[in-house]
Amino acid sequence: MVPKTMFEKIWDSHVVSDEPGKPSLLYVDLHLVHEITSAQAFDGLRMNRRTVRRTDKTVVVADHNVPTKDRDKPLEDEIAKAQLDALAKNTSEFGLKYFDMFSKKQGIVHVIGPEQGWTRPGMIIVCGDSHTSTHGAMGSMAFGIGTSEVEHVLATQCIWQAKPRTMEIRVEGTLAAGVTPKDVALGIIGKIGTSGGIGHAIEYTGSVFRDMSMEGRMTVCNLSIEAGARTGMVAPDEKTFEYLKGREQCPKGAEWDKAVERWKKLPTDKGARFDKVIEIPASEFVPFVTWGTNPAQVAPVTGRVPKPEDYANAQDRLAVEKTLKYMGLQGGERIQDIRIDTVFVGSCTNSRIEDMRAAAKVVKGRKVAPTVRALIVPGSWQVKQQAEAEGLDRIFLEAGMEWRDAGCSMCLAMNPDRLAPGERSASTSNRNFEGRQGPGGRTHLVSPAMAAAAAIAGHFVDIRDWK
Amino acid sequence: MEAFKKHTGKVVPYDMPNVDTDQIIPARFLKKIDRVGFGELLFNDVRYNADGSPKKDFVLNQPKYAGGSVLVSGPQFGIGSSREHAPWAIQQYGFKVVIAPSFGDIFRSNCFQNSLLPVQLSERDVQTLIQRAQELTDYEITVDLEAQEIHDSAGFSVKFEVDPYRRDCLLRGLDDIGLTLEKTSAIDAYEKAHA
Repeated sequence: MVPKTMFEKIWDSHVVSDEPGKPSLLYVDLHLVHEITSAQAFDGLRMNRRTVRRTDKTVVVADHNVPTKDRDKPLEDEIAKAQLDALAKNTSEFGLKYFDMFSKKQGIVHVIGPEQGWTRPGMIIVCGDSHTSTHGAMGSMAFGIGTSEVEHVLATQCIWQAKPRTMEIRVEGTLAAGVTPKDVALGIIGKIGTSGGIGHAIEYTGSVFRDMSMEGRMTVCNLSIEAGARTGMVAPDEKTFEYLKGREQCPKGAEWDKAVERWKKLPTDKGARFDKVIEIPASEFVPFVTWGTNPAQVAPVTGRVPKPEDYANAQDRLAVEKTLKYMGLQGGERIQDIRIDTVFVGSCTNSRIEDMRAAAKVVKGRKVAPTVRALIVPGSWQVKQQAEAEGLDRIFLEAGMEWRDAGCSMCLAMNPDRLAPGERSASTSNRNFEGRQGPGGRTHLVSPAMAAAAAIAGHFVDIRDWK
Repeated sequence: MEAFKKHTGKVVPYDMPNVDTDQIIPARFLKKIDRVGFGELLFNDVRYNADGSPKKDFVLNQPKYAGGSVLVSGPQFGIGSSREHAPWAIQQYGFKVVIAPSFGDIFRSNCFQNSLLPVQLSERDVQTLIQRAQELTDYEITVDLEAQEIHDSAGFSVKFEVDPYRRDCLLRGLDDIGLTLEKTSAIDAYEKAHA
């Protein structure tokens, strides 16, 4: 038998129709839906008198525009309310499972999928959201789609896809203390750029990812899209099975054992070839901070913001000048001298229990700098309950941080949590694009521990020196 | 879906790399539940001042480029989120074609779903178009999907690559769902085999 990559195994087992000169028609095992990219898709179904083909494979949750506090009060944002109302109406009309913002199963779509066991190895998973790549951490092929495709999957449970090329990103060795999965992801994006993964499906291999927790693997896979790749995955192993065992939607008893046997056949065969291989030694990763307006503009925490004249190409120089102007930076300053006024720990990238623990460990017994506002936003109700059971909420509150309800929150400024023009954040989210956290807002992406430390110090600090 | 065969129109040069989907349309405008009204929000935060007045130096606000229908920009155009509101905004502004040296994958596929043609050209050809649009008045090009070729009236001509299936769908105005529903028996068979 020809050795295959995990990607090829999953792809091949989902082909419904394959004709020369056409993309493949693939079967979708799980379709995750949220309020922002679905209303127009449901309208399309209605207009054409179509139904949802597999309501049992469709899970709907409100996460992007929901407020993260005062949910008992009426929503102030009328347009957001209309969108949530539309989602409730659509899910009831089409007979879909829906977790609204009052449900104890609500949370960020990419947090609740794995947490409730909807996401399992070997699946094809889609969602109208680019960070769907997160679910690849379970050994699945998961990717973001647009609203027209959401409508298509609702109607047919299938999706047309041109086969991407495969890319292996191998990181061998051991990460130094203070270097987290977020730093690995930022380091990779910094190295291969925002277009490095375009047209590719990434598999993360090597000891660093094997040794990484499931939460960490989710953070890495989540950020695949920031390197341009629609999907990123890690081979399922004992850690994966351990994480999933007993979760609500996972098979039980003999069915579980059969599933695990199947899943054990998924990892890439020995001798299988990737179209592209990138090897980065673990020793190259340090705590990183982004300085610019795309996630590849990253510097070591011990480094400096670059200057336009550091770039040879004239177009690059102009782009960096524009970036620095937006970011309110001169170029050349030490990263650790950059003062921040806002800290956000949350988002589908870093809002899981491990992230909450990492942030709490740093702030325990300390106070937030007087000039800093800090939001800690768990990714789901389940994460929130777990954190509270461990007393993490008290650590945050005593430090002067805000402890919120689950949602996308300040990642993308479409709910009440946002930066004011000119405000500067240390954020554990995924995008530092202009205006991402609010018009005129300035975002520096970091790990949860680095964000927490910045909240205490009021500026970036090297977490490796934190005592 | 509306068919796309050939388009001639004025070039609007937006000479920037990494034009991400948050720049194309900020997330706070994604709360609308219909498909219309996104054109005036295109590039909102770089196009308007805080008081809503147009920023004079922004390309869409320059009288020279009014009525443009071919957007030409830098590499990695449309990176970022899966929001289809991005191609909707570009299209509803009046653009029929977007030309760049590279595109975000999801953005590109969303364009095809809406008969907005994304064309990938070399950096050199993109720079040629940008320069001509900046230097000349009412600089127009013709984008011919059937011939997979772009030309102007001043001797510029270049062939481009496009996925043959997507090209066919655009030329014929076919939408995916209709095509897939013709495959219902294959989907039934797949589900039966994997039940």
